[in-house]
Amino acid sequence: MLDLRKGIAALALSVAVLAGPAAMAQGTLRIGMTAADIPLTTGQPDQGGEGLRFIGYTVYDALINWDLTQGDGPSGLVPGLATAWEADEADRTRWTFTLREGVTFHDGSPFNAENVVWNLDKLLDESAEQYDPRQSAQGKSRIPAIASYRAVDDLTVEIITHEPDATLPYQLAWVMMSSKANWEALGKDWEQVAAKPSGTGPWMMESFVPRERAELVPFADYWDETRIPKLDRLVLIPLPESNARSAALMSGQVDWIEAPAPDTIPAMQGNGFAITQNALPHNWTWHLSRVEGSPWNDIRVRKAANLAIDREAMGALLGGLMIPAKGFVPPESQWFGEPDFDVTYDLEAAQALMTEAGFGPDNRLKVKALISPSGSGQMLPLPMNEYIQQSLAQAWIDVEFMVVEWNQMINLWRAGAADPSVEGSQSINFTYFIQDPFTGFIRHLDCDLMAPNGTNWGHYCDEDMQGLFEEIKTTFDPAEQDAVLRRTHEKFVDDALFLMVTHDVAPRAMSPKVQGFVQPQNWYLNFSSITMAE
Amino acid sequence: MLSYFLRRLILVLPVAFGVSVVCFALVQIAPGDPLTAIMPVDATAEQQAAMRAAYGLDKPVPVQYLIWVGNLLQGEMGRSIASGRPVAAEVFGAVGNSLLLAAAAAVIAFPIGIFLGFLAGYFRDTALDRAVTALSITGVSVPNYWLGIVLVIIFSVNLGWLPSMGAGPGGSQDWQWDWAHMRHLVLPAVTLAVVPIGIVARTVRALAGDILSMDFVTALYAKGLSRGDVLRHVARNAAATALSVMGLQLGYLLGGSILIETVFNWPGSGFLLSNAIFQRDLPLLQGTILVLAMFFVGMNLIVDVAQAAIDPRVKRS
Repeated sequence: MLDLRKGIAALALSVAVLAGPAAMAQGTLRIGMTAADIPLTTGQPDQGGEGLRFIGYTVYDALINWDLTQGDGPSGLVPGLATAWEADEADRTRWTFTLREGVTFHDGSPFNAENVVWNLDKLLDESAEQYDPRQSAQGKSRIPAIASYRAVDDLTVEIITHEPDATLPYQLAWVMMSSKANWEALGKDWEQVAAKPSGTGPWMMESFVPRERAELVPFADYWDETRIPKLDRLVLIPLPESNARSAALMSGQVDWIEAPAPDTIPAMQGNGFAITQNALPHNWTWHLSRVEGSPWNDIRVRKAANLAIDREAMGALLGGLMIPAKGFVPPESQWFGEPDFDVTYDLEAAQALMTEAGFGPDNRLKVKALISPSGSGQMLPLPMNEYIQQSLAQAWIDVEFMVVEWNQMINLWRAGAADPSVEGSQSINFTYFIQDPFTGFIRHLDCDLMAPNGTNWGHYCDEDMQGLFEEIKTTFDPAEQDAVLRRTHEKFVDDALFLMVTHDVAPRAMSPKVQGFVQPQNWYLNFSSITMAE
Repeated sequence: MLSYFLRRLILVLPVAFGVSVVCFALVQIAPGDPLTAIMPVDATAEQQAAMRAAYGLDKPVPVQYLIWVGNLLQGEMGRSIASGRPVAAEVFGAVGNSLLLAAAAAVIAFPIGIFLGFLAGYFRDTALDRAVTALSITGVSVPNYWLGIVLVIIFSVNLGWLPSMGAGPGGSQDWQWDWAHMRHLVLPAVTLAVVPIGIVARTVRALAGDILSMDFVTALYAKGLSRGDVLRHVARNAAATALSVMGLQLGYLLGGSILIETVFNWPGSGFLLSNAIFQRDLPLLQGTILVLAMFFVGMNLIVDVAQAAIDPRVKRS
């Protein structure tokens, strides 16, 4: 297949490029997604981050949105359907959200507090008429802090959390608000809503052919006038096969593709197609087992492994489309801090640490790692893991792989390192979304979330780390919370808690006609600024 | 003939039962949790249990089978786990697209295969025979997904003559017999036709060659029949076996085009099947396999009956 891609790349060099953009038109933007189907359209989309990117934050809004307008620094939270929110100083579990006035859904019905409660019931209350297991499956686990909620008045919502938890705003950024009136008008049937969804977002879904395409048009009455789309139409096309995506772009059938195959990129660039990339809050790591008997319990071994990988050289394998890891979050992250341990390539230091730990060329350490041949966010897992295998061998660490299909690996990830199903594996190659404090940090290492009760795969539990997590949850000032997160990340790095390898850069290829696109350092995108040149 | 048809029809019932059991069992033994694809990776055990119950996956496997078959008999194939849409609508829509593609490929493949095979058989052991044989072996041997990519590079990317994906122009939801739609059919149909051209050509070549060397052909010539009349006899003798091969090839064209439909993003049953496998969408997987398997069974029935109609020896045996 590699040769075929090279064939595409070589032949594509002869593709004639249209003349450069002359004038701007409103136009239609056609996007080739990597998903095999249009993400669930009813509100809380499936298909992971791509679902939220193309259907979630286009057709819908959350109470709190991400700032997707700039790409120069990490994106933070901004007011969405709520203009303000605060936790009660006397009772930190009590939050008050002030809702935006004058917002309407695409169907014309008003957005208000009743809608917020209705949407939370949609995900959390199994006895509610509008409870939707499919949306709940996507949304419920994103808002674990919520204990109860109520409408105080038309534009005020109160949410009570189980315990003080300052990460609630990040959690709520996952929850999309769909229209109660639309659901009622369509016979209270979510299947009907799927075909005619209604949110408050900048784009309205005009038509939808399962597995083939969705067409979105601007919502002229969008509440944020600066984000009313400039395009006439946005077309989403599922194109799960990477060569099919590349061919579709190069033959002019789409204007933009997600995740081009790395070896087609030079040909695309040579023919004027733009390749965009930016730091993505996403890492590619080995999550290490800390159960009794795991060799990774020795910090010298963990640090040695981190020092044994030449990440710059690995970049060549990925066509340069990666950011070498210096920690668990990218170096540009607001939460990176100033760790003492320099995650770099230093084989001599790695061997010295291994010697100190009692290993050497004649007494090699054997470790077993769970890997998958593919999977969402896994980048190119087989060649990347083989590269790591060779790198670690130089530090006298011999890696045996247990290769399982991606869905099966998710099951084994949920089961945890102590479960018999992982067959003694002491590491799992899993890529992580690191955009918010809970998903990025807490869920991996919290003592209370040890698998299978949570997603702390390695069964790590540390008093100091637990204290930091508690501090994150109880620090309600965003700037102060960032400072705690920096200290937390410093501990992640200084204790070498993961094998930190690389960060994705979310490459996408697009026609030179696409103008005005800004790639934020975020999983989600803003399509409203885009125009098409004639 | 009617009794033969009825006997053959009755034999379909145990086959259909066997097919249903195999379809159901195959997806049960596949690794991975079918609900993994639609649940967040960090879904709690409680959420997983609730979803499993909602889809009936918490019941014993034999009970799941009985429920599945019971629903099938009522025309209900369940709902896709991944999309929530009715499986029947998904499968029959996709099968319709695959039938269209298979028919187009068959229209290309069968006449060309028969013509080339007959030519090679008639001029056996000549340069023409060797050329046709080489061509048909190449057709059978070349991975058709590779050929598809090459055709896309040439005709879509470089020349820009034909589209590389989809079953119609943007916004089109239903197939129409106009050039805007049919141009989407050309590349996948040609790609898909290559293997059956090779197989049919090789079969017909062997049949024609063998029959032409039989004594009865010499006798026909000796009786003074013209070459055209003799060839008609040869064709009739070869037809039953050739028909059988073509019937099976039609089944292959419908169900065996996963890679081609993926390369060309053709929304057919192969594409649906690959997505269902990828997403561990059990109801969709079961429904698609069942429909495709039953299509094979149906094709075999039609071919058997047609063979019997053409060649009485088949009926007697």
